[in-house]
Amino acid sequence: MTSLMSIAGPILMGAVFGYLLQQGKVTSCNVIENQFRLRDFTVLKVMGTAIVVGGIGVLLLVDTGNTKYYVKDANMLAVALGAALFGIGMVVYGYCPGTALGAIASGSVHAAVGAFGMIVGAILYALSFDWVKAHILNVWALGKVRLPDITGVPDGVWFAALAIGAGAFFFWVEASEAKARRAQG
Amino acid sequence: MTIMTDVVVGDARKSRRIDWSPYLVGAGIGILSWVAFAGFGDPLGVTTAFSRVASLFAAPVVGSDVVAANSYWRSMPLKWDYGVWFLVGIPLGAFLSAIILGTWRLELVPEVWKERFGPSVLKRFVAAFLGGIVIMYGARLAGGCTSGHGISGGLQLALSSWLFLAVMFATGLVVSRLMFRKA
Repeated sequence: MTSLMSIAGPILMGAVFGYLLQQGKVTSCNVIENQFRLRDFTVLKVMGTAIVVGGIGVLLLVDTGNTKYYVKDANMLAVALGAALFGIGMVVYGYCPGTALGAIASGSVHAAVGAFGMIVGAILYALSFDWVKAHILNVWALGKVRLPDITGVPDGVWFAALAIGAGAFFFWVEASEAKARRAQG
Repeated sequence: MTIMTDVVVGDARKSRRIDWSPYLVGAGIGILSWVAFAGFGDPLGVTTAFSRVASLFAAPVVGSDVVAANSYWRSMPLKWDYGVWFLVGIPLGAFLSAIILGTWRLELVPEVWKERFGPSVLKRFVAAFLGGIVIMYGARLAGGCTSGHGISGGLQLALSSWLFLAVMFATGLVVSRLMFRKA
């Protein structure tokens, strides 16, 4: 039973995630490219809402002892370089790794071609890992820190600011989109 | 420009019938994160498991002895754990949604790409392949992707993840501007 749950559980979680990505249109290369071209804000709407809703819930779950944080190491140079490569790759590929898996299943052949590229990228990273570890991962390595730790600003204030900031931003985006639609007739 | 906006707006109007609000989808992913944290102790993420699976493909290319001796894969061997089954679930769910919504369609060259670079399938495939290499190398170097860093790390207010989000979006904006600049 436990072994069945340990397979069915994650498959179900992944399926719900993939279902939501597809429903939200973020498995579309056009939607992702147009986010970076600032013509379609679907990606930011999905991510921003997920971060605020997810973050407030996880904060409460941590505070009530129902889970803990799983924070990734702040190896600042590696994260900055990796994120820059990621940004380049995402615009050229038109997907990020998770949305690509969803796109393949909804008929995108070029996403499947890129998935082979992703396998090559993972292999290249493994092969270069010793050098990267010795020269990049250890630069400005600050550990598993959270913004409330380093700033002294409490979690609640961060989420209030994020929620208000995201709310105001999306309100402005919706208003601009409505105006553009009206201008189109 | 006018024609293009027409297409975008027409698209949005047509699809509003069948798609959920992006805010609803985002909230759904947020709630899914609660379950991932409290129920499974394993935040949403893609690329850690992806590199485990990649070792399977690496063995025939670089040799299984190289894979066995590699320090990265030793720290992250192929095993059918939570993350790998999660990866299996993503296409299943997306496929289900595409079938239900009727949005399943074969796509060789996406519209945005076609408008800028023409209908060549080979050109698009080469770009997708190269982009795939770069995005996954970057993801592993940074320690996560849009899911693991962007959403799971972002919602934990992790310093690493907000640095990732800022640099990723800034770089993407610049590259996109260069790539879609009218020649």
